[in-house]
Amino acid sequence: MIQDVENRAKNPDTAVSNARGDKLWRYFVIGLPYLWLLLFFLAPFAIVLKISLATPVVAQPPFTQLLDLSVGAQQWLLATLDNYRFLTEDNLYWISYLKSIKIAAISTLLCLLIGYPMAYGIATASQRRRNLLLMLVILPFWTSFLLRVYAWMGLLGKQGVINSLLLKMGLIDSPLQMLYTDMAVYLGIVYTYIPFMILPLYASLEKMDLSLHDAAADLGAKPWQRFIDITLPLSLPGIIAGSLLVFIPAIGEYVIPALLGGLDSLMIGRTLFDEFFVNRDWPLASAVAIILLFILVIPIMLLQRVQRES
Amino acid sequence: MNSDNTQIKSSKPYVAQTPWLDPQAVPFIQIRDLTKHFGTVKAVHNLALDIYQGELFTILGGSGCGKSTLLRMLAGFEIPTRGQIIIDGVDMADIPAYERPVNMMFQSYAVFPHMTVEQNIAYGLKKERLPAADITDRVSQMLNLVQLDNLGKRKPNQLSGGQRQRVALARALIKQPKVLLLDEPLAALDKKLREQTQFELMNLQYELGTTFVVVTHDQEEAMTLSTRIAVMDAGKFVQIGTPTQVYESPHNRFVADFFGTMNFFNATVTEADNSAQSVTVTLEKTGTEVQATTEQQYRAGDKITIAVRPEKITVSQSRPDGPSMTITKGTIEDLAYYGNRSVYRVRSQSGRVIQVSAQNYQRSEELLLEWDDEVFLSWDSSCNVVLSE
Repeated sequence: MIQDVENRAKNPDTAVSNARGDKLWRYFVIGLPYLWLLLFFLAPFAIVLKISLATPVVAQPPFTQLLDLSVGAQQWLLATLDNYRFLTEDNLYWISYLKSIKIAAISTLLCLLIGYPMAYGIATASQRRRNLLLMLVILPFWTSFLLRVYAWMGLLGKQGVINSLLLKMGLIDSPLQMLYTDMAVYLGIVYTYIPFMILPLYASLEKMDLSLHDAAADLGAKPWQRFIDITLPLSLPGIIAGSLLVFIPAIGEYVIPALLGGLDSLMIGRTLFDEFFVNRDWPLASAVAIILLFILVIPIMLLQRVQRES
Repeated sequence: MNSDNTQIKSSKPYVAQTPWLDPQAVPFIQIRDLTKHFGTVKAVHNLALDIYQGELFTILGGSGCGKSTLLRMLAGFEIPTRGQIIIDGVDMADIPAYERPVNMMFQSYAVFPHMTVEQNIAYGLKKERLPAADITDRVSQMLNLVQLDNLGKRKPNQLSGGQRQRVALARALIKQPKVLLLDEPLAALDKKLREQTQFELMNLQYELGTTFVVVTHDQEEAMTLSTRIAVMDAGKFVQIGTPTQVYESPHNRFVADFFGTMNFFNATVTEADNSAQSVTVTLEKTGTEVQATTEQQYRAGDKITIAVRPEKITVSQSRPDGPSMTITKGTIEDLAYYGNRSVYRVRSQSGRVIQVSAQNYQRSEELLLEWDDEVFLSWDSSCNVVLSE
């Protein structure tokens, strides 16, 4: 802005055209993310929504068109809510949704419990060590996510590293069933998503004024009271941001429960995959996806409200 | 604050209380051989200090002189490498910050941003588990004392800097500490507000009788607030004394320079009468003979510095006379007009620049003295301060 004013003062002739150029540039910069959202979120969403209102057919593509002008004028709109009705009738879907919410919620809590002390440790470390520790948190991302999940299979399996070690040490007589259990799913999700918890927590803890802790101590607060009264409430935005960053992808997680979970750990991602690729019922799968989206929109709106308040 | 302005207070509390001169008085805070090293950095070194009850004691020094470290050790945030802190007869060595009978007002104020003004002020009492009714009473008293009566429900981000400072002060005072520590209490305020707050702080201290220990880098603030000042440099006390002592009789060049401006003259002792505590010295370059008094012992031939404050020097156009005067002649090279006073930089005959500060007694729309005017400079020999370096 300052430069703007200076330019105008120097060259009153070009000021007007400069202002117009600035305005165009501003529209361009603001418009770009909107265009992105339109192309890659809103348009696909509309397509999925459209499919969810169609009827499955054995054809290419495997669903009916919504508009059929060749038929009589009375039934040109072929939209149907049958798919959504079916979701409420079959228990399978509700069980999947609830199971997903449960696994995502418990994983988020575990991430928070493990991630908070880590983030606190990093935020209070010396500047040089802090960068190293942050690197270590981000480092696993440098290898493929799929590889890391397969690595867990190698560790947890019947003939896996952990079982053979325990057998060799004589601590167990027969291998433990660790792979294909809910425990393995929790382990996988917590392991994969914990950086998303640590980083926002670190960001909110790092900018905290340390003299606030001194002030609380000075006024008679013991160390644990300082944590409850000062650190925890001031890091709340970080807790919420981290929790959402873990909860939202965890609820729709497909790969981890598919590879590490048992047959009974039916999460919604798995159900969705089965509807699409096994049953080839695209409209029903689309309806599942739309409902999932609405389940996720609620916590996102929560996040935005918190951010606006702080 | 007292609204009765028609009558001047006859009592002089700040002059009457001089416990440091009373050999019977027991110091309230005793600091013995206090040392703090951070790795290889010696932040403070072998400090010894007595502070008496009811004092408004200031620790003054530039940044990095160790004054904040000293304050943090008093509060219990830093553990001394060596030495002792005794407050009201109790050794503080094993007492953590949250159990010490001291409270601190932080430089950044450290007001809790997620609590209202009331919650901030009540925090210390809540940690003492006082009944809620008592807390409410005392909080409203405190709000009244710091003149924030109507702002109790506000959040800190809805307050001005001066108001936040009052919240920090009230929060620290509500626990009725034996000692209140203030870290640069006025640094974040603008000039006008600073002056006003200075007086409020002094009145508050006088009313409550709490011992205040202030850390500051601002010598003017230190002079106006304090009963006594400890000047710090490089982790050590350079001089401890009343504001008048450190200003009028600085121990060395550092202290002399720290408080305002000073003219320094290199000189050699020609005659020393140690029983009368007086010396006769010869100024370098001009060879002028000058008398001065000093408590130090000197011998003829010792190299010393004579220091004279700019406001002690009289500037005149006719040659003044009187006993025991030092008189020199010079030309005004530079002048600055401040309204109430003017500062002149006068080049003397020997080529040295002497700074003079003179009150503008007469009302005149023109400058009475101009650039390049020939003037006489004179001062009484009692104004000469002898420094060893």
